[in-house]
Amino acid sequence: MTDTPISGAKALINCLKNEGVDTIFGYPGGVLLPLYDELYDSDINHILVRHEQAGAHAADGYARATGKVGMCLATSGPGATNLVTGIANAYMDSTSIVAITGQVPTPMIGNDAFQEADITGITLPITKHNYLVRDVEDLPWVIKEAFYIASTGRPGPVLIDLPKDITTDEFEFIYPKKTRLPGYHPDVGIDEDAVKRAASMILDSECPVIYAGGGVIISDSSPELLRLAETIQAPVTTTLLGIGAFPQSNPLSLRMLGMHGTKYANYAVQESDLLIAIGARFDDRVTGKIDAFAPHAKVIHIDIDPAEIGKNVRVDLPVIGDAKMILQSLISHLQKMQTRSGAWLGKIDAWKKTHPLKYEQSNEVIKPQYVVQEIHKACPDAIIVTEVGQNQMWAAQYFQFENPRTFITSGGLGTMGYGFPAAIGAKVGCPDRTVIDIAGDGSFQMTSQELATVSKSNIKVIVAILNNSYLGMVRQWQELFFDERYSYTDISQSVDFVKLAEAYNLVGIRAEKPSEVPAAISEALSADRTVVIDFVVDPMENVFPMVPADAAINEILDPGAVA
Amino acid sequence: MRHTLAVLVENKPGVLARVSGLFSRRGYNIESLAVGMTENPEISRMTIVVEGDDRVLAQVTSQLSKLIDVISVSDLPPSESVDRGLALIKVATDTDTRAEVMQIAGIFRAKIIDIGAETLVIEVTGDKSKIRAIEDMLGRFGIKEVVRTGRVALHRGTKTVGGEYR
Repeated sequence: MTDTPISGAKALINCLKNEGVDTIFGYPGGVLLPLYDELYDSDINHILVRHEQAGAHAADGYARATGKVGMCLATSGPGATNLVTGIANAYMDSTSIVAITGQVPTPMIGNDAFQEADITGITLPITKHNYLVRDVEDLPWVIKEAFYIASTGRPGPVLIDLPKDITTDEFEFIYPKKTRLPGYHPDVGIDEDAVKRAASMILDSECPVIYAGGGVIISDSSPELLRLAETIQAPVTTTLLGIGAFPQSNPLSLRMLGMHGTKYANYAVQESDLLIAIGARFDDRVTGKIDAFAPHAKVIHIDIDPAEIGKNVRVDLPVIGDAKMILQSLISHLQKMQTRSGAWLGKIDAWKKTHPLKYEQSNEVIKPQYVVQEIHKACPDAIIVTEVGQNQMWAAQYFQFENPRTFITSGGLGTMGYGFPAAIGAKVGCPDRTVIDIAGDGSFQMTSQELATVSKSNIKVIVAILNNSYLGMVRQWQELFFDERYSYTDISQSVDFVKLAEAYNLVGIRAEKPSEVPAAISEALSADRTVVIDFVVDPMENVFPMVPADAAINEILDPGAVA
Repeated sequence: MRHTLAVLVENKPGVLARVSGLFSRRGYNIESLAVGMTENPEISRMTIVVEGDDRVLAQVTSQLSKLIDVISVSDLPPSESVDRGLALIKVATDTDTRAEVMQIAGIFRAKIIDIGAETLVIEVTGDKSKIRAIEDMLGRFGIKEVVRTGRVALHRGTKTVGGEYR
């Protein structure tokens, strides 16, 4: 609080400090000059990215790794539009980020001024909420509300468009203690009756499966999920975003379900008589053919977002609210299960034995799955970030995840180029952790300019490229469903990743034989700066198991399958 | 099935775009939309008529409720509410037909609000079927132009929407 008037830019910095912001991923520009002038003296850590999209992804990775709100900053016009992919990505995966964009001065808005873009209009469908600040007196309210909205309820991105004159206008700054949001009530409490009914449905079921999504991680309910699973002796499968919510070493873990999930997870879901969905949204990559999904199961759907109930599947019992509170209440209603016969878990164990994840190891050529397993062996506590495609699925399948916030991936939007900048954000948020981006040669090239960011800002991550010289996932679909017609997916011999790393004064390592893999990983772990490892892997390796699009999730393709 | 929703929203720039954008991107059909300020100048009220089954209605309601600027969403069942729309109809008339057109307007309790040598403008309020009926009756004289408002609706009796926020 102050009696002397201060500028909007100075007030903004004060607001951010009030919200506990310690890091901003940003890129300056014309209309942001007054704000950047204030940042120059501020103790907020500003990471200069090399493209605004990377700033949004880095804020997203920071948020997922830390559980705090991530922040990115971009100038008006192209700076703002470059954020769009990152914002859409955060929206699809319910990540709490606040994006601030510069805007042309208020009198010029609507006149097609230099570097003007209607970014609030553009981001309307991909933000939880957005603001165009038209009066500097509103600024503290807007910041307060933006952080509140981004981080509560079902989290999501909030964008604040800040015209240049708002940053220079002066006013008497007071940071509000409350918000003024008559239409926003994220604390919905819990419906105890619904929880009791859920408990009785669980007690009545013979073959329950818990299906856990990213909401379990967002709500910090992993301990409650473990307690529930052990109390009721139900197997747990997770979505891609739910990976890490349940320890995969636990005998009750079914790992991931869906298109590239384990066979035993998919079989268990298909034979279950009760599906307990927690913080998951029945995405098409999970359900496959929706009419054939979990055909025998009653469905309990625990979610904080009422709009998810019944969106994709019929739900027998919705339980709306914070997963942590609901699970705590649910556990208190359930006695330790003594009565359920061991038949269900026995059946699942048999599936696990008959249908493990498997690939054919080679002594000649590096298998990408082997690289992931070796990374796990060398660094089981790493935060794993991925790009999108085959690399992402192999990381999901062959690393063993034990803890929440250790697997960071673009699920809903499937954004190639997400991994490397998100890894930067995760590392900045968790400087004591090892952060490894499991990448593909295609995806990495979408944001590889961020090598300049890590070089200049002394950020150490490891980029482990599973280099198969193809846009591999598309190539796999072409092989299986388009008569091996590899239309524009061959990207071989286009870049030397070792030299690329060296050009940025970073470390590049190449491994071409399986025997070179462990040494490459250990050299990367001990390096003092970012390392790019070019693992030259089998170009024709496919991701299996695989459920073809629109098939039921127990109609699973194996290696050698032709659709 | 047709549902009439009363949606209270904060009276802020861009709210209409948020609501209409939601309908278009989620593929819901708006049959009619009317917006205006309420007795509280900080709150606007939208009356949205939407076509869909109960599942669609539940989705529309919960998706609308997610918009930060939306304060409340209420379904107004036909049996518990009254609704009206207004139409202005410009009808071709001459000395031979004018009297009959005015008589029809009178039967529908519509008003003549403009009269010219060759046209009449009729203002009619009512529910959808009444407006359609008068249009049918006037059709043979030659309807030159029609403009309709969206429908507006209120609960019957003492019930109101939005509670404390109004």
